[in-house]
Amino acid sequence: MLGYYLDLALRSLKRSPGLTALMILIVAFGVAASMTSYSVFRAVSGDPIPWKSSRLFVPQIDIWGPKGHLDATSNNDPPNAMDYTDAVALMRERRGKYQSAMYRVSPSIVPPDAHMHPINVGGHAVYSEFFTMLDVPFKFGSAWGADSDAQRAAVVVINSKINQKLFAGANSVGKTIDIDGKDYRVVGVLDNWNPKPTFFDVVNTGGFTTDEEDVFLPFTRAIDVGMPNDGNTNCSEIPKGSGFVGLQQSSCVWISYMVELDDSAAVSTYKEYLDSYFRDQKAAGRFNWPLNNRLRDLPAWLDAQHVVPSDTKISLVVALGLLVACLVNTAGLLLAKFLRRSSEIGVRRALGAPRMAIYMQFLIEAGMVGLTGGVIGLLLIWVGIWGVNWVLPKEIASLAHVDLGLLALTLLVAVVATMLAGLYPTFRASRVQPALQLKTN
Amino acid sequence: MQIRPILATLRHHKAGTLLIAMQIALTLAIVCNAMFIIHQRLARMSKPSGVDESNLLVVRNEWAGKPAPAQIGSLMAADLDTLRKVPGVTNVYATNTYPFSNTGLANGIGHSPDKRNYVSVTAVYFANENTLATLGLKLVEGRNFTTNEINDLGDHDKIAPDVIIVTRELAHRLYPDGSALGKTAYISDKPSIIIGIVDRLQIPWVDSSMAQWADCSTLLPFRQRVDTTHYVVRARPEQLADVAARVRATLYAAHHLRVIRPKDGVQTFAQVRAAAYESDRGIAILMGVISTILLAITAAGIVGLASFWVGQRRKQIGVRRALGATRHDILSYFLTENLLIGIAGVVLGGVLAIGLNLWLMKQFEIGRLAPGYVLTGVAMLLLLGQGAVFAPALRASRVPPVEATRSV
Repeated sequence: MLGYYLDLALRSLKRSPGLTALMILIVAFGVAASMTSYSVFRAVSGDPIPWKSSRLFVPQIDIWGPKGHLDATSNNDPPNAMDYTDAVALMRERRGKYQSAMYRVSPSIVPPDAHMHPINVGGHAVYSEFFTMLDVPFKFGSAWGADSDAQRAAVVVINSKINQKLFAGANSVGKTIDIDGKDYRVVGVLDNWNPKPTFFDVVNTGGFTTDEEDVFLPFTRAIDVGMPNDGNTNCSEIPKGSGFVGLQQSSCVWISYMVELDDSAAVSTYKEYLDSYFRDQKAAGRFNWPLNNRLRDLPAWLDAQHVVPSDTKISLVVALGLLVACLVNTAGLLLAKFLRRSSEIGVRRALGAPRMAIYMQFLIEAGMVGLTGGVIGLLLIWVGIWGVNWVLPKEIASLAHVDLGLLALTLLVAVVATMLAGLYPTFRASRVQPALQLKTN
Repeated sequence: MQIRPILATLRHHKAGTLLIAMQIALTLAIVCNAMFIIHQRLARMSKPSGVDESNLLVVRNEWAGKPAPAQIGSLMAADLDTLRKVPGVTNVYATNTYPFSNTGLANGIGHSPDKRNYVSVTAVYFANENTLATLGLKLVEGRNFTTNEINDLGDHDKIAPDVIIVTRELAHRLYPDGSALGKTAYISDKPSIIIGIVDRLQIPWVDSSMAQWADCSTLLPFRQRVDTTHYVVRARPEQLADVAARVRATLYAAHHLRVIRPKDGVQTFAQVRAAAYESDRGIAILMGVISTILLAITAAGIVGLASFWVGQRRKQIGVRRALGATRHDILSYFLTENLLIGIAGVVLGGVLAIGLNLWLMKQFEIGRLAPGYVLTGVAMLLLLGQGAVFAPALRASRVPPVEATRSV
């Protein structure tokens, strides 16, 4: 029976090639535009560490109080980063399974080869647990040990790009590099690790950036040598001291913090710990406002920090609107096409075809239009992605890509949406009165 | 015009009529909002920065090997000398940031040292006596900095300038009566005297979240001795490309231990501006493309459905023609029919457009849709409908009266 319906649909579509082509193109443009926007949206709103994101938490302590929230739109949210005092205090107690305070650095490396210009790199000063906590993959070597944190050791983890540049891609573990005029021993080389967004420190990177994470060095070491921070510094009052040391003594926030908590008991214990930390500090006279801490898991944190650019969401909404408009259009054309064949339907019904058969026949016809539209839409998506790369900023556009999932989804959306659009026209077609049609002819 | 027979016919084609009207309504809702977004972005992009942007170049320099602040001071002085001697260079100064750079320092400024009682947020630009001339800023009141007013400043050092130059907008916010010149303002815990007022100077950021103080900039007389410095270089007209090509090699030849990144170490101001507005430009283009596709699809849909209706009614048209209707009558019948559907569509669409705008306003930082956009959209869609239906209507008007006698 299916073969017969397919044959009928094909004949019918061939009978009015102009109308058929029009419907197919409309469906194709509709799905291509919406799926292109969706691919960008998907790229920026995806979970950067899906297997673990619900176990990673960002603590926030309200060290500024209600008056410090200069931004009226922040809904009384505590500062989104930490000052040095609290970050170091939390690191000393290590109440989570793994945790790391971190800040963005941008030192320069003087290559061993004197003919090469010095290079500017980006990276983070972190604690040793950072790598275990975030499952960072290594190509050579490993992270430094906890003892290196304590000893403020001059060790460094570099990414494979820098390893390629400085050591031609060879195993460089044990070699030394000159960072900001000091020698550091390479302990590990990363294996392509470039998560987007840079979820571990969205405060200092904005989430999406073309800057790379080239080097990681011990937080304690970076503080020791006075390597300044290269991210945001937010202050509610002017620091009393001057220089980087003055910043460390101030209540300015510039350090990101992440902690791994494996179950809900650990989460509530940690929350209680944070609150008691605040109460202790309050008792010591540091704060005179009520407790206002936060402990968000990673997805909630990324959401609260508005990491997904709103422009991406707006384009998705508008593109979905385009898809709906295309479907209404297709519904109108299908209706015209189906009702034009009232006499044919009348004959089929009079010869004993049940309503269900008419339904099947026309839904299959709609589905064929959708499928063809979807296939052409696939080609248009390539054009769309190319166009997006041309018009949108690189840090966003470079993340959008075509994969099997997107292609399958496109076909599915095209077929399902066109069949939905065909529902009402099909319903009308099945209501055709056979007697009336036969009479007028 | 015979509206009643048209309405009677449309009643027979309720579903088709409704679908076209809905199509027009959706198109209007989306196109209005897209046009509004495009216009907003274009307006932002065309906002003047106050800088004379032609023939300007920015060099991002980073010292390698962590030199001491005193050494940075002398290296910077040497660099400024070197740059000044490059053929084609007319002026140069060193600063922490510049308009559109998207990085920098913001601070509260007000009438008391308490930072929580600030009057406005202001961008902090470190400047010297050459800044006004290099950027081409227009000094409307007061005077420029003098050479001996420029002080040294280390990283994260306390900023407490004796004298400052502010923009006209900031001066107005601090002293609405227009008497800012010579008065004091607190940008730190010490008072600073306003010695000059420039007409306009955009802050380093273009985000809409900072639009409220986008023209509130302050120039501070500091030579910041830190690892990363930006040199702003003005070239003679026609020589910008030459200077841009030569700067990197010249600086490296003068001192090797530095980083001038290949990707963005040397940029013309035009490139800097384009990069800052890249996302606005992208969204404007995207909205334009989507609107065009949508309008084309709507027009195609109208052509398709109208053609079908004409084909379906050939016999009736023939009868009308045989009964004395002129070609013009038939043409105007179809045009009027389309106009009626179009009017129903745009009324519904106007409501939808405002609804969509309200929703977008709630979700994103988008302003209120001005009625002008809806009216333009309405006119555009009615014209589009008339244009789309014209060809099928013309074909209908050519149906000969003899058609009445033929059977289907």
